[in-house]
Amino acid sequence: MKSSASRLSLWLLLTPFLLWIVLLVLVPHIQMLRVSFQVRESWDTLAWGLEQYQNFFTESYYWRTFVRTGVMSLFTTFLTLLVAFPIAWYIAKMARGRSKGVLFLACLIPFWASELVRTYGWMILLRESGLFSSWLQALGWADGPVEMLYNDVAVIIGLVYNGLLFMVVPLVTTLDGMDENLVEAGYDLGGGHATVLREVVVPWAMPGIVSGCIVVFMLTLGSYLTPVLMGGKDSAWFTEQIFTQFITRFNWEQGAALGVLLLVLSSVMVWLGLKLSGQSLRKVMG
Amino acid sequence: MATQSDLSCNGLVRRFGAHTAVNNISLDVPAGTFFSILGPSGCGKTTLLRLLAGFDRPNQGDIYIRGERMNDVPPNHRPVNMVFQHLALFPTMSVGDNIGYGLKRRKVPAAERRKLTAEVLEQVGLPGLENRNPMELSGGQRQRVALARCLVLKPTLLLLDEPLGALDLKLREQMKVELKHLQKQFGTTFVYITHDQSEAMVMSDQVAVMKDGRFDQVAPPEELYREPATPFVAGFVGDNNRLGGEVVSLEDNLAQIRLDSGELVRGRVASNEVRPGERAELYVRPESLVFAGSVQNNDYSVMQASVKTTLFDGANSRVEAENSGSLVYARLPQDGSAPALALNSSIKLSWDPRFARVFGADRS
Repeated sequence: MKSSASRLSLWLLLTPFLLWIVLLVLVPHIQMLRVSFQVRESWDTLAWGLEQYQNFFTESYYWRTFVRTGVMSLFTTFLTLLVAFPIAWYIAKMARGRSKGVLFLACLIPFWASELVRTYGWMILLRESGLFSSWLQALGWADGPVEMLYNDVAVIIGLVYNGLLFMVVPLVTTLDGMDENLVEAGYDLGGGHATVLREVVVPWAMPGIVSGCIVVFMLTLGSYLTPVLMGGKDSAWFTEQIFTQFITRFNWEQGAALGVLLLVLSSVMVWLGLKLSGQSLRKVMG
Repeated sequence: MATQSDLSCNGLVRRFGAHTAVNNISLDVPAGTFFSILGPSGCGKTTLLRLLAGFDRPNQGDIYIRGERMNDVPPNHRPVNMVFQHLALFPTMSVGDNIGYGLKRRKVPAAERRKLTAEVLEQVGLPGLENRNPMELSGGQRQRVALARCLVLKPTLLLLDEPLGALDLKLREQMKVELKHLQKQFGTTFVYITHDQSEAMVMSDQVAVMKDGRFDQVAPPEELYREPATPFVAGFVGDNNRLGGEVVSLEDNLAQIRLDSGELVRGRVASNEVRPGERAELYVRPESLVFAGSVQNNDYSVMQASVKTTLFDGANSRVEAENSGSLVYARLPQDGSAPALALNSSIKLSWDPRFARVFGADRS
């Protein structure tokens, strides 16, 4: 009696999770994988083949975009880490009491608005008729309106901004747990600032660094709005390719193949990142 | 500053807002000695140690190490190393890398580093543990690694911030003796801070008793115990009984005091605030009290007390008795000479007046 009741409650607890994992993760992905291997011949025939994958490798535009997206995402992740580390250090180690909470909140507040609104915020600043442009003209540093949008720098600025919180949070958490004496011991035994950072602080913060990097990398790789809005038509982000295949060209088979490739890319990169940093997924995410 | 001392400070002051944590401290530690700073928590001893290590700057005063002024030298350039309270071993490095960290900063080549690391591990009694992670070691072993990490650099001065606090009692007793031996073996000057008087007494050549940012007394342990300079030292170092009374007369450095119970007793004058007709406090240690039945000596002072309870603790067994409102503890000898003590029975406690100390009463 008791065991059946506990079994029932176990199933009740598991059900939402199972529904989620099966319906929202497994089924769509299997479906996508299936579609990606279908060959379009006629409406009533179904043939299998690698045509879509061949297209990817023969059509240089596809794989160039693919590589470009991967490299730019890596760069964005690295840049986010560089920007977030001092912020996280300040919040975790320098700020005391109330200011700690306020600073944390300041990082969080922009994320109450949607990505769309945040990106438009940047557009207001960077566009030809935007704030920065008019300031530059008012200061006499520019003769005419300056267009700062629609280039790679603008895209990376937007992406770094979007990823910042997801880097700061894990970093603050790991740095918070670090004993200040470790840093003092690092100096006491003869280390300078760079040595202490390299030998003591970074190794300690590694789980946070890796977990932040994984999240930011995946977010960046899969982001759509920011590259499209801030990079314009020619931003050549891989998610745009997928969107085009599915929506504009109605080529679901090709879109699905590109989607699968993106999934493989992000999985391989995360695996590589874990291997290179000597961390395990359990340690980083747990 | 042409002195022999490894460390000398004069007039050190460190303030935090309105609070003065270190208040005009001067000290002098001869080379190769074990110097302890003993005080209750919050007396400013950790602040003082951090000033010496260079993590904090004094508001006033100078720090000299082997005659060189250290005030503006950052911690990584001072010939001083510190064993932290919680040791602060780098958890991301092996034991060998922890010890090699400082050597690496001095650009010691790898082969030499390995040799020195192996040597120092041998000296602290942990041979061959280079490749272990410090987190896998026991508390006592970690302690030794923390020491080895500093000693391998051959510092002029080793600072220790209550490193034994985290150990259990048995291990602490053992490490106390071991630390003393290691200090002798390496010949390094140790500055050790603690709130545990037994640690300070057992290990040190000199002990400074610190209270509210000042040194009350700096003396070898035995002197501290036998001739405490202030009531605070008398009460803090070892156990002591405090008896209030009025000074009746002074002769030959001995004061005669009328206790609140009316009895006349004597003790040595320890401060010049003891004047006839004024109140004073007499400190006498539980181990200086003898049961009057067993010893008869006319020079001894005698006092009546009624037994409250006996506290059996092996060699430390004591009897708690009361003399007109104040509690008195007396050591119970475990050699069979102690009388049978019934509750509320009256006993006579006596002591050699030379072993009692009389201070002027606090007029605060």
